[in-house]
Amino acid sequence: MYGILLKVWGSYALFSRPEMKVERVTYDVMTPSAARGILEAIHWKPAIRWVIDEIRVINPIRFGNVRRNEVKSIIQAGAINNAIKGKTVGFYLNTNDSNERQQRASLVLKDVMYVIRAHFEMTGEAGESDTPEKHYNIFLRRARQGQCFHQPYFGCREFPACFELVESEEELPEAYDLSKDLGYMLYDIDFGRDRTPVFFRAQLQNGILKIDDALKEAVNR
Amino acid sequence: MALEKRYEFVLLFDVENGNPNGDPDAGNMPRIDAETGYGIVTDVCIKRKIRNYVEITREDEPGFDIYVKDGIPLNTQHKKAYEAYDMKPDKSLPKDLALAQKLTGFMCKNFYDIRAFGAVMSTKVNCGQVRGPVQINFARSIDPIVPQELTITRVTVTSEEDKQRKDHEMGRKQIVPYALYRAEGYISANLAQKVTGFDENDLEVLWESLINLFEHDHSASRGKMATRKLYIFEHSTPLGNAPSHLLFDRIRIERKKDVPVARKFQDYDIQVDRSLPEGVCLIEKL
Repeated sequence: MYGILLKVWGSYALFSRPEMKVERVTYDVMTPSAARGILEAIHWKPAIRWVIDEIRVINPIRFGNVRRNEVKSIIQAGAINNAIKGKTVGFYLNTNDSNERQQRASLVLKDVMYVIRAHFEMTGEAGESDTPEKHYNIFLRRARQGQCFHQPYFGCREFPACFELVESEEELPEAYDLSKDLGYMLYDIDFGRDRTPVFFRAQLQNGILKIDDALKEAVNR
Repeated sequence: MALEKRYEFVLLFDVENGNPNGDPDAGNMPRIDAETGYGIVTDVCIKRKIRNYVEITREDEPGFDIYVKDGIPLNTQHKKAYEAYDMKPDKSLPKDLALAQKLTGFMCKNFYDIRAFGAVMSTKVNCGQVRGPVQINFARSIDPIVPQELTITRVTVTSEEDKQRKDHEMGRKQIVPYALYRAEGYISANLAQKVTGFDENDLEVLWESLINLFEHDHSASRGKMATRKLYIFEHSTPLGNAPSHLLFDRIRIERKKDVPVARKFQDYDIQVDRSLPEGVCLIEKL
């Protein structure tokens, strides 16, 4: 099992709480599922699946507020299909129509920095040439060179994440000294069970959010 | 053909006596980071202007429609007859997937903003979310901004009842006397290739729209806004050759030492470190 340490940081982050996602409110720290998304942005193949072991919070937890004009609707598949068939339809969103427009606030995190400790496991999709060594080395190479499939982000795409490989335990930045019960937090979405969300009791201990093994087993994406 | 190289860009734009992006939470005051005083322009504000530019310049070009439109009434309907794909919606999964892909492909092919920024699609037939290759972060001013509130008068009143009581009405206008903003963006060749088909020509349109971002967006509230610089980092491969933050660090903007308060673009010094990592080249578009 090859473990990796990745330092990620950025000016803003928004890890939406599912219970407050109309006017989005962020969790206090990055969710394991967001951390997985960051790793997948750098390297992922169906042959592997990333498992988050620990999220180390480096910076103090600070909040900010942003309100933006947003659109309400999403594209209807039927409308696209009609357009394809040649029917005359207005199938775009009109942002000047007040019914289509919503102002929404977001409670965001500011100046975040984390270290993600993770490993990957091989999946049933792995072929003969998919060795753990291969994927491990691809990831290391990409992370060292700043390569990525797409720029990773903190919860929403407007909040990009910078990343850097932490090469050894000695280089680990010190965690923000805070112990706190963060309550129930999203662990991940279980795509193997029809996208069931899985929650866990998040305990921040001296700035470190540990993910226990039973939880990792519970989800088989 | 879809993009084959990764890009990052740094866009510098300024405002003179205008409000670049109002904050609905603060009575349309220019957006400001309350803790530091730096001005902010949101990602969606910049994307809106890109969409507007493409819409007015590429109106009749096939493939350059804009999905999220501003101010066009819904009854201005599409008159185009689209090539009919011969397919029927089906509830079973594999066929739905193919259908979903066709729908997604159709949207990407026809709409520039979906090709560039992606879109959330669909309800029943799952087209999923299309994630576009172009990603823009919040723009931030180089120096803290000090918004000013101006009171203005109008020589007439709104209603006839008001006319009994007064001859004038007063209003308010918020401006930033001067600010230089820096926006950073990312373009993923992989999402262009595998998801939306954003190509070289689309990229040129993006650069063109960033350069002309404010030229067709003048209004009473915005004052004088202009794109000042556009720096592009071009990697030689789809995955890229260097971390983006290190490239962004190579462009440093500072207020000149002898200038206590900046009031024009020339009050800033721009330093570009041209010692680039291997495989990355810097293109100065403006």
